[in-house]
Amino acid sequence: MPKHQITTTINGDEVDFGCHAGQTLLDVLRTELGMTGTKNGCGSGDCGACTVIVDGRPVNACLVLGVELQGAEIETIEGMAKGRTLHPLQQKFLDHAALQCGICTPGILNMAKALLEKNPDPTETEVRYGLAGNLCRCTGYDKIVRAVLDAAADMRANG
Amino acid sequence: MANENSTTNYKWVGKRTRRPDGVDKVTGRARYGDDMTVPGMLYGKILRSPHAHAKILSIDTSKANALKGVKAVLTSAEIPDHPLSQPPYAPIINDMHDISRNVMARDKVLYDGHAVAAVAATSERIARQALKLIDVEYEVLPHVLDPLEAAGRAAPILHEDQFTYSADGLSDKPSNLFRSITGQRGDLDQGFAEADIIVEREFTSEPVHQGYIEPLACIATASEDNCVELWTTTQGHFVIRALCAKLLNMDLAKVRVTASEIGGGFGGKNTVYGEPVAIRLSQMTGRPVRMVMTRTEVFRASGPTVGSRTRIKIGARKDGTITAADAETWYQAGAFKGAPVGRAAETFFSSYTIKNARAVVHDVCVNRPKVAAYRAPGAPMAAYAAEGAINELASRLAMDPVDIRIKNAVREGDESLMGTKYGQIGLLDVLEKVKSHDHYSAPLGNNQGRGFALGYWMHGGGLSSVSAHLLDDGTVTVATGNPDIGGSRSSMRVMAAEELGVDIELIKPIVADTGSMGYSHLTAGSRTTFATGMAVIFAVREIIEKLRALAAKKWRLTIDQVTWEAGQAVASSSSRGGIQSLSLKELAAMATKMGGAIAGHSEINAGGAGAAFSAQLVDVEIDPETGFVTPLRYTVVQDVGRAISPDYVEGQMQGGAVQGIGWALNEAYIYDDQARLQNTGFLDYRMPVASDVPMIDTVLVEVPNPNHPYGVRGVGEPCLVSAPAAVANAVENAIGQTMSSLPLSPPKILKRIDEAQAAGG
Ligand code: FES
Ligand code: FES
Repeated sequence: MPKHQITTTINGDEVDFGCHAGQTLLDVLRTELGMTGTKNGCGSGDCGACTVIVDGRPVNACLVLGVELQGAEIETIEGMAKGRTLHPLQQKFLDHAALQCGICTPGILNMAKALLEKNPDPTETEVRYGLAGNLCRCTGYDKIVRAVLDAAADMRANG
Repeated sequence: MANENSTTNYKWVGKRTRRPDGVDKVTGRARYGDDMTVPGMLYGKILRSPHAHAKILSIDTSKANALKGVKAVLTSAEIPDHPLSQPPYAPIINDMHDISRNVMARDKVLYDGHAVAAVAATSERIARQALKLIDVEYEVLPHVLDPLEAAGRAAPILHEDQFTYSADGLSDKPSNLFRSITGQRGDLDQGFAEADIIVEREFTSEPVHQGYIEPLACIATASEDNCVELWTTTQGHFVIRALCAKLLNMDLAKVRVTASEIGGGFGGKNTVYGEPVAIRLSQMTGRPVRMVMTRTEVFRASGPTVGSRTRIKIGARKDGTITAADAETWYQAGAFKGAPVGRAAETFFSSYTIKNARAVVHDVCVNRPKVAAYRAPGAPMAAYAAEGAINELASRLAMDPVDIRIKNAVREGDESLMGTKYGQIGLLDVLEKVKSHDHYSAPLGNNQGRGFALGYWMHGGGLSSVSAHLLDDGTVTVATGNPDIGGSRSSMRVMAAEELGVDIELIKPIVADTGSMGYSHLTAGSRTTFATGMAVIFAVREIIEKLRALAAKKWRLTIDQVTWEAGQAVASSSSRGGIQSLSLKELAAMATKMGGAIAGHSEINAGGAGAAFSAQLVDVEIDPETGFVTPLRYTVVQDVGRAISPDYVEGQMQGGAVQGIGWALNEAYIYDDQARLQNTGFLDYRMPVASDVPMIDTVLVEVPNPNHPYGVRGVGEPCLVSAPAAVANAVENAIGQTMSSLPLSPPKILKRIDEAQAAGG
């Protein structure tokens, strides 16, 4: 089957990939590009483990087709740290022990990042609703919510 | 050691430190089951039964085989058969006859989703296409889903070769009832005669899935000389090795299993599903085969926990003393025997000193996927019934629910119903902490209710192996054979650093493959920090011993003239002037020049993990218009022995509580009238999301376990045992009515409110 050639920007770098018409962004990232940091928990848009940021908006990579992404700017977990410096959210997730098994973590970090870009000073309830599309079966969400609130405070303080 | 059983002066134990595997997990670097590829690999896919119960008349694989890109098609003919295990049966059954049939159906399919054939192809797309070309001819049989019905005489029989096992031997006729376990003491008739009040209730619960976010995934590479390399997401790669080798008649040493990072398990990744199939496909094709389940397959074909039907009767005197308690419950094992009946019998009344008590638990096969362990297997549904009945007892006696528990609480020296004797336990401390907690007396608003329940769990010990290596720069690797599911590497590192008296950054914990370590049992039963942690401590002590000997040699002293203090070998003051100490780093540099590299090993069978108790308080609000339940406040008070890494202890308690909220309010396997599973995705199998739950407050009660050098008990399981019962009790209190079947979904609650109103209540 012929593949479509798509050119995108992923984590700031220009990336070309070939994909079949039915292939999702999740499949492209994981299989075509070997970027396995984006996780597959369901493939049907119900768990949020595959959350990435496309043109500034959080999306479930399992619900977007690769062929839709010509010219798109994609941010994945692999690009969240700047060089060797972790993003404040990554730092706070470690400080607050906001992960146990960690499979939900890349998706939640991306969702939280998008949330804080829109709302730098969210309430606990806003964080909970903001993350409502991301399942975590291990933590009960308590430490995740605290980590996001703490990261938000940090990011506000440091501009 | 200096630290043994002391409550203070720990350098690392009890401190909040960043976990050693954390950076890899927040950057996407950590590799889980599905994150691995091997050059030349094929894609394995499994064809699953659309019927709950049917004879397989024929399977025609010729069209699939002919499809370009298909390299192998497999049916049960390719999986070795094994004889049925015979009585007397072990408490936990790993029957290869059943496992062989569960991984690939033989003559019959026994549940919707049961594997019937598999293919290996050059792409996932071709593999999926090939599945459609396999023709299976079925003769559909009547099915049974309910365990009470399945145990009855008229039920369709799943296994013609299964007979009910009891003290009198085997039954004459085949039966879905495999066996019944009874725990008993005293005289029930006398006990109920002494009671002033008797509560009789029935409770039901539905199967719920562990709901780990990472689907099952593995890659098998078989070679021409009968060796196998297996990469898989599992809670115990040594167990996977044992099961695969036994099932496929291979040598243990030739099967090497590497555990990937694991994306949740909760008991659901304790056994094999796709692994033996992937190995066989790899043997048939000579190429690596990758097998990843979809979410739908995870729900349909991997084990949820049991559903239960329970009758319970409890009697007490006016002062709250429980005089008798009797429970009988039917546990659905799924398609093959092996519901956790022993643990259930133990759990019913084990928090209480009831003189006359009995618990009878039946292990019944039904046309559902074979159950797997789920966090304190068998216990939450038992606690749901027992705690529910005791809460009703308290309310009818107008007694405080915590006081009635204090009155009947087990103490050190008491025995559980199955005869386990309690050592030092923290039950009373936990109950006192609940009473003094401000949550306990906080005011409630309209349509709000508070629930309380107690959970008990007897933890596991068992086999663990550790290899610790001192490297010549003074750093130390600590390898265990236990997959790290929720932060165990952090605890292993803390314990190693504490023993050595050095900075945790000098310790690198590793999960090693089956070729590198002695046998290590599952990361399950809350055993890892206890048992594997103990092996870490012993392995590190062996290193210390060798370092003292090395220092003694250098100083020309005897080993008893050298002590180990704060990360250094120290010559005792009476020995020689001038020489004071040698640091770990100095000794490490000397070692290879003076005899060889230094390592410590420990291979143990740890006993004495002991019991722990978790009490939970929860407030909920019910919307009287819709029946919707909102949890408002939640507090978990638990005896944790000693919290090595408090962050992860709290995390276990919080995660367990939220799984319990899901179990109580939403989660259930839903079938249509053909016994086909209807909710095979996270949209319809609705687990709690962040906006469903409040913060989960935790109170860590530390009553050290005398059988562990630092006092560790397990923590991961008791916190789920009490949760569904506590939430259910809160709902009852909010609506002022009893409710007896989980999940407490809005329509059920509305119906109960309406019924009560119609009855003038
Ligand atoms: S994998 Fe995309 S939402 Fe679950
Ligand atoms: S940490 Fe395991 S699912 Fe979130």
